[in-house]
Amino acid sequence: MFKSSRNRIIDKSFQVIGLATTIFGLLILATFIFYIFYVGATRIDWAFMTNLPSRFYAKAGILTAWTGTIWIFVLTAFSAIPIGISTGIYLEEYAKKTRLANILEINISNLAGVPSIIYGLLGLEIFGRFLGLGRSVLAGSFTLALLILPIIIVATKESLRAVPQSLKDAAYGLGATKWQTIWTQVLPVSFSGIMTGIVLALSRVVGETAPLIVIGALAYVPFVAKTPMDDFTVLPMQIFNWISRPQHGFIVNAAAAIIILLIIVIILNGFAVFIRNRASRKNNW
Amino acid sequence: MFTRKIKELIIERALLLSALITILTTLGIIWVLLSESFAFFKVVSLWDFLTDPEWTPLFTQKHYGILSLVCGTILTTGIAILVAVPSGLTIAVYLNEYSTKRMRNIVKPLLEILAAIPSIVYGFFALIVITPVLQYFFPSVSGFNALSAGIVMGIMIIPFISSLSEDVLNAVPNSLREASYGMGATKFQTSFKVLVPAASSGIIASIILAISRAIGETMIVAIAAGQQPNLTLNPTVPIETITAYIVQVSLGDVPQGSIAYKTIFAAGLTLFVFTFILNNISFWVNKKFKQQYV
Repeated sequence: MFKSSRNRIIDKSFQVIGLATTIFGLLILATFIFYIFYVGATRIDWAFMTNLPSRFYAKAGILTAWTGTIWIFVLTAFSAIPIGISTGIYLEEYAKKTRLANILEINISNLAGVPSIIYGLLGLEIFGRFLGLGRSVLAGSFTLALLILPIIIVATKESLRAVPQSLKDAAYGLGATKWQTIWTQVLPVSFSGIMTGIVLALSRVVGETAPLIVIGALAYVPFVAKTPMDDFTVLPMQIFNWISRPQHGFIVNAAAAIIILLIIVIILNGFAVFIRNRASRKNNW
Repeated sequence: MFTRKIKELIIERALLLSALITILTTLGIIWVLLSESFAFFKVVSLWDFLTDPEWTPLFTQKHYGILSLVCGTILTTGIAILVAVPSGLTIAVYLNEYSTKRMRNIVKPLLEILAAIPSIVYGFFALIVITPVLQYFFPSVSGFNALSAGIVMGIMIIPFISSLSEDVLNAVPNSLREASYGMGATKFQTSFKVLVPAASSGIIASIILAISRAIGETMIVAIAAGQQPNLTLNPTVPIETITAYIVQVSLGDVPQGSIAYKTIFAAGLTLFVFTFILNNISFWVNKKFKQQYV
């Protein structure tokens, strides 16, 4: 009897500890977000969004940073999405059990675990030096595209796998070729799953800093990038630069820029959850 | 009919071509790291690299001992794991066995936001919030230290462990739970004596992945842990990790082709080897020790 009542006490206390730990985790998240808004929210105004960087914190703005982030976002998306989806289709629909497919699979899961800063070293040598792109928007985008490829490939593969065989058989039965089946039947129904993966991958692009530092992206760029060959900076680079300065005014600037960054990231993640939920309600096979 | 076949073939080849880009990426990484490191090891002996206690490539008195950077990396990673594993596992067990299904469906995605927040934001917290708090309680803590970077990094990787472990706990067949409860076990006994052991391969794999992630994490340590390579396990003094060193050199004006430039590739190679080994142990554990239930 004694032992069983002791067991019950242990059980109850773990319930309390578990709940406390969970709430603590959520509280930290809430504190982070609240603190950032507390420090930075009042700093955000029209001038902050449209000013160029400056060594006076009151005059400094994030125009070059957010335009750079948009450049990187768009060019990375354009380079990574087609390659990622094609690779996913190839692995799932064409090369399912070959030796090459096996090597590709292992390779992709390894690439997914390579630290982002290593991709920076790759980009620095291959895109920056070898292809002569220097520290341009294009070099940054290509580097980040390679970084998110594994995420897009895995998401594509998983959504293709969820498509029922009966759908493909029906298309083949009507005389469709393999590609016609994929293009007209399989891809449309797996669209939302693929999109979810793409959006999550792009949300990572927005916050990525380390590889861009390595390829030589600058924190101080006094003009807005006009072509893909221009020097650029992005929001996280600007934040990094401001955090490293001693004056409190720059810390406030950093917090304000973090708010903008967080809003972008949370919108993208919310969008991904939205697509996923809508799709799981629609497809019931 | 004939053109249709050609078209199909062209499409298949085009898809294969894009798949091969992933192989080229890997080869590219290995080639870049090895070729630049090779040039580095022509000047610095491998023995010095592995045994010299000092790392000062940017000073006049140059030393190239990777140990102090490795030590910094292990220190911050260790602190992060001490934070993330107990809390992540507790959360996973709690959400899986104790909480209501509704609560789990709300809390799990909320916690995953922690992993979606860019690491630069965590760096800000470590430096601006956590370090002053630590200094308030322990005045001897310096402005840059491994402790605050490690704690914040641990918070960041909690969802890696909590979500992945919850997934594998959830995959344990219900018959095991029912058998345990049928014997009169409490939820605690069922969780830790039946479910966690049954899901251990997945849990261990998730922990190893989290370690690998912490080793490669860059911005938090670059901002909050300092830039002083230090062969110490004291978490209150400035240190430097492998990743933070690469950032430090990249930000400075180091001429291409110089020995200092090559050091970042030797450091990168070391980092790559560490994470490569850990990732593959994780895959292997997951595959080899996975319990099969029919």
